[in-house]
Amino acid sequence: MKSSLTFHKVIVGLLVIYLLIPLVGTFLFSVAGKWDHTILPESYTMDWYIELFQDERFYDAFRRTLFLIVMSVGLSVVIMLPTIFIITVYFSKWEGLLQAAAMLPYGIPPIVGAVGLIKVYSDGPIQIAGTPWILIGAYFITILPFMYQGIRSSLRTINAVQLVDAAELLGATKFQSFRTVVFPNIVSGILVSTLLSVALLFSEFAFANLLVGGRFETIQIYLADKLNSSGHLTSAIVITYYSMILLLTGIVLKLTFRNEKNPVVSNKKRIPSFLKKQHCNKNTAIEGEK
Amino acid sequence: MRKIKKQKIYLLALLLPFIMFVIGFEIGPLVAMIKDSFYADDGIQVTIDQYITIFKSKFYLQGIQNSIVISLFSAVTSVFIAVIAAYSITKFSQKIQNRLLMIANMTSNFEGIPLSFSFIILLGNNGLFTLLFSKIGGDVFADFNLYSWTGLILVYIYFQIPLAIMLIYPSYQGIKKQWKEASSLLGGSTLSFWLHIGIPVLLPSIVGTFSILFANSMGAYATAYALVGSNYNLLSLQIASLVASDVALKPQLGSAMGVLLAATMIGAMWFNERMMRRIRRDLR
Repeated sequence: MKSSLTFHKVIVGLLVIYLLIPLVGTFLFSVAGKWDHTILPESYTMDWYIELFQDERFYDAFRRTLFLIVMSVGLSVVIMLPTIFIITVYFSKWEGLLQAAAMLPYGIPPIVGAVGLIKVYSDGPIQIAGTPWILIGAYFITILPFMYQGIRSSLRTINAVQLVDAAELLGATKFQSFRTVVFPNIVSGILVSTLLSVALLFSEFAFANLLVGGRFETIQIYLADKLNSSGHLTSAIVITYYSMILLLTGIVLKLTFRNEKNPVVSNKKRIPSFLKKQHCNKNTAIEGEK
Repeated sequence: MRKIKKQKIYLLALLLPFIMFVIGFEIGPLVAMIKDSFYADDGIQVTIDQYITIFKSKFYLQGIQNSIVISLFSAVTSVFIAVIAAYSITKFSQKIQNRLLMIANMTSNFEGIPLSFSFIILLGNNGLFTLLFSKIGGDVFADFNLYSWTGLILVYIYFQIPLAIMLIYPSYQGIKKQWKEASSLLGGSTLSFWLHIGIPVLLPSIVGTFSILFANSMGAYATAYALVGSNYNLLSLQIASLVASDVALKPQLGSAMGVLLAATMIGAMWFNERMMRRIRRDLR
């Protein structure tokens, strides 16, 4: 019994080391002064970070990335919240359609999405290819699955349909019942999806590079560009931006563990359930509504 | 009655922005791409030449083949590692399990350009390990080249493993302790438990995870771009250079390859969906 636990310890230990080595290596590289032939750096320095934080280009790229993220995630919350709410509560027969539309981006990698987007927006009535606006649209679609799953499952957890029924029976208008009853109950769920989307968009490179490229340098494009110059400086960028992602996911985990209702947190393809019909979650209240 | 109808119209009007975005940035581009793939290079003539070109060209077929091979290889390896690692994780206390999952979750965010860069400083021509091993005298990495097929696979496996662990780990929760007890009461060994009960129960989830990982690496672009640029013949890199490069712009051909890639991905996702349904039927 004891020896088998040792075996598992070895496996997990190896796994953790394997997963963390690239991160630790990059971190060491970003604070190393001279480091040529020794196992650990010969001297440590913060010079690379100082150099990075004095680089105007870094701040510009950062600002642009933030602009894109705030715009697309903001738009997504403002648009998806009422959409999912209305469809769940009042038009439940269209739920399958909404789900299919929201989950489709899982099946289409950015590299494919970009092909169509370039085609549609490089000529014709709306010429926004090469501008940040096309990226905002692309990002809106990229985060669609997370927003959908997050908002939809929060609505399900609080039994939104019954809540709204009750509120309307008591004389509240549709908007009132949404604003005072449903919304306050799902705020933390929305926050989780929002933060996950932000973390995801921070690391987005394919769309940015193919649709806009150097014309609107985001943090990832800046990173790709620096890749061939100073390794130490690039490490500093990687660590800086990755710490931010960690911070974001850390907050998400805290929030999720506190709620404990939807435990697995990942901003990756979890279990793509697009094409899936809603069998299980329709409750009688919705059936009566039709 | 009329009031209700009027209200419904207002509600429908609120759905308009969503519909506009989905048509403008999801369905529209997809339809445009499919349509574009059936045009000749001039964009006027309707033809299936683009597909014929792909299937006749050794170069493009090789790109597709490379993508499939690298995806198969990295998916199989990562699933194999994840099945063992996830099982080992379940052997620890709940608190440690949560921590370990957190590490998996954290490293699954580490991909694309930063990941490639990390591997370059570790294993590149002047990488830490490369120098270290040559210093020690072990010629382990003498023949190793990060900017090649082996390097690419190594990096792909790295970003697949945490994802695979997070996908497979939950299915171990489905294997009840009582089953093991029952099996051993009936005289079954550990081996026969896994052969006849454990692995069959896990199988749909393993196959489903495999198909997700496969799709994940078929569509991967940033990692490969940062590591090998356009020096390596991969489907995703080919599509990128056909639709957005400065030299060989062939949007129609790119569209046709995009359609092929999307079909593969959606096929893999659909397969996973089937597998997931099987799990549900088996467990409930």
